[in-house]
Amino acid sequence: MKIKNYYKTSNLEDAYKMLLDDKQNIIIGGGAWLKLTKKIVETAIDITPANLNEIIETKDSIEIGAMTSLHQIEINKALQSHCNGILCEAISHIMGMGIRNIATIGGSVMGKYSFSDILTPLLVMDTSLVFHNYGEISLEEFMNIKRFDKDILVRVIIKKDNRKGYFHKVQKTALDFAVINFAVSKKNKIRIFVGSRPSIAIEPLKAVEYINNQKVVNDEVIATTASIAANEMKLGSNSRAGSEYRKSLVEVYIKRGLKEVMSNEN
Amino acid sequence: MKINVTVNNRERVFDISPDEYLLDTLREHGFLSVKRGCDNSSCGVCTVLLDNKPVASCTLLTIKTEGCHITTVEGISKDAEKLSEHMGDEGADQCGFCNPSLALTMYALKQENPHPTDDEIKKYLVGNLCRCTGYQSQVISIRKCLEDDE
Ligand SMILES: Cc1cc2nc3c(=O)[nH]c(=O)nc-3n(C[C@H](O)[C@H](O)[C@H](O)COP(=O)(O)OP(=O)(O)OC[C@H]3O[C@@H](n4cnc5c(N)ncnc54)[C@H](O)[C@@H]3O)c2cc1C
Repeated sequence: MKIKNYYKTSNLEDAYKMLLDDKQNIIIGGGAWLKLTKKIVETAIDITPANLNEIIETKDSIEIGAMTSLHQIEINKALQSHCNGILCEAISHIMGMGIRNIATIGGSVMGKYSFSDILTPLLVMDTSLVFHNYGEISLEEFMNIKRFDKDILVRVIIKKDNRKGYFHKVQKTALDFAVINFAVSKKNKIRIFVGSRPSIAIEPLKAVEYINNQKVVNDEVIATTASIAANEMKLGSNSRAGSEYRKSLVEVYIKRGLKEVMSNEN
Repeated sequence: MKINVTVNNRERVFDISPDEYLLDTLREHGFLSVKRGCDNSSCGVCTVLLDNKPVASCTLLTIKTEGCHITTVEGISKDAEKLSEHMGDEGADQCGFCNPSLALTMYALKQENPHPTDDEIKKYLVGNLCRCTGYQSQVISIRKCLEDDE
């Protein structure tokens, strides 16, 4: 990455105007991912002075400022106890402390990375995003918009709803991207997301519809759900694994995830 | 552009370009204990503490450190020496290239979690690669070092 100018501001409106001013102007989070790119940046806009590096727990939700580092999230008590701490668990397997103290939640959401271990757990929770210009939008809706207008992500809001959760990253070495990752949650309904397939996280819709329509969820229903998911999901091959191997993993880990969130339920 | 930072408790002014990384700035100013390894965030040998938290200096833009406290191994020399002795005793030390980053990471761990389990030590050390020793002897050295403080 090449940066020609650097602009730090606490004023989000100024930052937003500057962002729209030139195609090559960008908001910089921790800059960890940007470093690995070949981007030529006219002006990097740093909103660190806007104090968006806090996690605030309210009665109904947990609000994470966009500039909050991944390690801050990993050790936050409210997030550790919400949804069985799956966001913290997922983050704890990303690179080492030296990167988790630099990379931000803002950059992790806005990058929409196909390998993301962060989007997968966020998607099974009730998560919304607050943008400076657009306002609030659910994470799921945001993920489905191919070209979101340039904007500043201000915070990520996770609704506190006593959800049970499960996350698993299949990883060959501690520093590698996921071969594939899984998140499952249960509130009134079950949600399942599979990421790093190797493309971006999606939900196996037929499987989720099937399990949510069952009156009783027993081992047989769980096995059928996992099998529907493995057959419906588009899985690819890359240097980490072939699609057939990923398919086997889908069946195994969805079963495990469902058993985990259903435990003490029946 | 000029920025003010504190390195090892001494105030400094760095004249930098907007896309300069902390590793380059520090080495240019003589902090050669901060090593250049992979230069792509993976090996950990460039670790320094930024306001007491370990960061990969190869990946952190210097401009982001304005007003912050940076600590290199020279800033924690007593802890580093102690660790070095234990590493010698345990055979955890060969070329020494990763020692500064290991000492800094241990120092940060101690601030964050003074009584870690072996598993917590191992998890905290992920990303600090060593090509000479096995990691077990490093964990034992760190455990002994932390026990000395108790
Ligand atoms: C070596 C390496 C290995 C990694 N491995 C993994 C892994 O295994 N699993 C995983 O899940 N992640 C991994 N990551 C990604 C990491 O978790 C972060 O998601 C990533 O670094 C982005 O965060 P950042 O703060 O560095 O963003 P930046 O690099 O600063 O920005 C990324 C993008 O987001 C935009 N952006 C940032 N903040 C905002 C904002 N507030 N509003 C609008 N746009 C914004 C930027 O303009 C840019 O386009 C890895 C990263 C690195 C560097």
